[in-house]
Amino acid sequence: MKNTIARLIVLPVVLAFAALNFCRAQEEINIQTEINILGQTKPIPVSLEGFTGEAAEVLKFDLYVQGFSFVAPEAAQYRISGSSVGNVVGFVTDTVSRQTKFSRSYSGASLRRQAHAFADDIVLAITGRKGIGQTKIAFKAQAPTGSGEIYVSDFDGHNPREVTHDNAIVAAPAWVPGRLAVYYTSYQPGNPDIFYHNLSTGERSKVAFFSGLNTSASVSPDGSKLAMILSRNGSPNVWVCNANGTGFKQLTMSPEDESSPCWSPDGQWICFATKIKSRRVLAKVPAGGGAIQRIPTSGVSNPTDPDWSPDGKWIAFTSQMGDFNICVVPAGGGSATVLVPGQHPSWSPNSRTLVLNRDARGRQSLSVLDVLTKQVKDIGRISGNDSQPAWAK
Amino acid sequence: MKTIKLIYPLAFALAITLATTGCHNHKAVGVTPIPGSRSGMVGDNNNANTLPSGDKLGSDNNANANGIPVASADTFDNMNEDRAALAAYTIHFAFDSAAIKSAEKSNLESVASALKSDANAKLLIEGNCDDRGTEEYNRSLGERRALAAREALAKDGVDPSRIRTISYGKDKPADPGHDEAAWAKNRRDDFVLLHPKTGV
Repeated sequence: MKNTIARLIVLPVVLAFAALNFCRAQEEINIQTEINILGQTKPIPVSLEGFTGEAAEVLKFDLYVQGFSFVAPEAAQYRISGSSVGNVVGFVTDTVSRQTKFSRSYSGASLRRQAHAFADDIVLAITGRKGIGQTKIAFKAQAPTGSGEIYVSDFDGHNPREVTHDNAIVAAPAWVPGRLAVYYTSYQPGNPDIFYHNLSTGERSKVAFFSGLNTSASVSPDGSKLAMILSRNGSPNVWVCNANGTGFKQLTMSPEDESSPCWSPDGQWICFATKIKSRRVLAKVPAGGGAIQRIPTSGVSNPTDPDWSPDGKWIAFTSQMGDFNICVVPAGGGSATVLVPGQHPSWSPNSRTLVLNRDARGRQSLSVLDVLTKQVKDIGRISGNDSQPAWAK
Repeated sequence: MKTIKLIYPLAFALAITLATTGCHNHKAVGVTPIPGSRSGMVGDNNNANTLPSGDKLGSDNNANANGIPVASADTFDNMNEDRAALAAYTIHFAFDSAAIKSAEKSNLESVASALKSDANAKLLIEGNCDDRGTEEYNRSLGERRALAAREALAKDGVDPSRIRTISYGKDKPADPGHDEAAWAKNRRDDFVLLHPKTGV
């Protein structure tokens, strides 16, 4: 009630002022609000003082790919200072209010891990978002012969660990949400089959191994179901099954080649790439089965590799019009925004950053991209070609 | 005015018709089901679905984890691959297409007659793509290309249960180049004749 009265009084006053302002000079209008437009947002200027060596590298990498730029202390919106001798100690000061946002010292684990933790605290304090500094990715590393292995590493490519040792063609690693476990495709049995691999125990099992193609596993957000591509009924189609490889159900019936299924974060839809009326498109199908709906991606053609953002708002994908580009479209479809050259985008858990592979002098290499500022950085390469990154969520 | 009033229901009816026909378009056309020679259910008793364990994450001991072959009930096991026999009959495809070109029909006839003349032989069709297109898109397209040849051979009287398909997507190019000449060579189905191993 109080609120209503307040509004009743405030609104006419605001309107009166607005009218007054409008009657005066129009050039006085000053828009302060930050507008976040995909690929066009300005980075947040910060200064970085006192950090050396690996800790400084980690802070620069983590902050750059999360939408920060580095400037002199006088030009900074936030001053980040501290030291990294022995342990990381950090201070963050807001240069406008001249107040310390936070100060913190870190101990234990490695210096690298401490720097990631400090970067995460900076991102949280300044943007309110959970940082990505301590997340992991999985990807395939392929030799020129075609054979390769599945790897997992920190999101910045450090601490790589070889998951498979099969010297076979591998493809499409996918994480189980919230667990140290992945699904992937391996040709190790002489056929592309889908494997489940527990990274804590090292145990693995085959989950889908029908005649023909078994590939592109994608785990439902609650971890209970798997979407994938199987050709067991004579054409590559989208199927679902239980996480343990029981209860297979075919979701698409087209004679075309579907590929790369992914889940909506509410678990209701599965988005995939297909061909409808001779055109390559993105489409979605209810996870329990039903009618297929197109997801328009206007402005670009040949969309593949869709990945639905964890906040449900966006679908990132690869478009191909001569070259490969990373694009983002609202999850319901619409006008696509072209971000940077690259393929196979995978969202970070906070829906702000993508990991992707892109051509670097004839070889595929992994990169991390901040979708709002388009700031992008390559991460270290394992072997001939690193591709198909998947961000652990 | 009257005509406009009529147009609205007509457009609405058309939209409904399009929507419903779209919804019911579930019947696959030109699709040959794959016989269940390899079962896919975990728990099927004749399939060794559990592999030798891999390594724990963080363990550096990779010594005993290298690919020990998986036992399988696959009827295509215990076959020798003869890659040379049908190498001359590789067929090629147009960009982003799994349609068999009419110029390739004679190659398919040669493959069919090789199978018809040897009742014990089986066939592996390897579908491949050029490197334009993403990896999983090409993996599916390569499978579609292999299946298209399988369907054509079945129409030509070859028992499809004698034919296995595998897609390598863009992982096994015949030519590593990145120009149209290389792409045209890479968009292909290779045919591999399979003979039973003697003494099995």
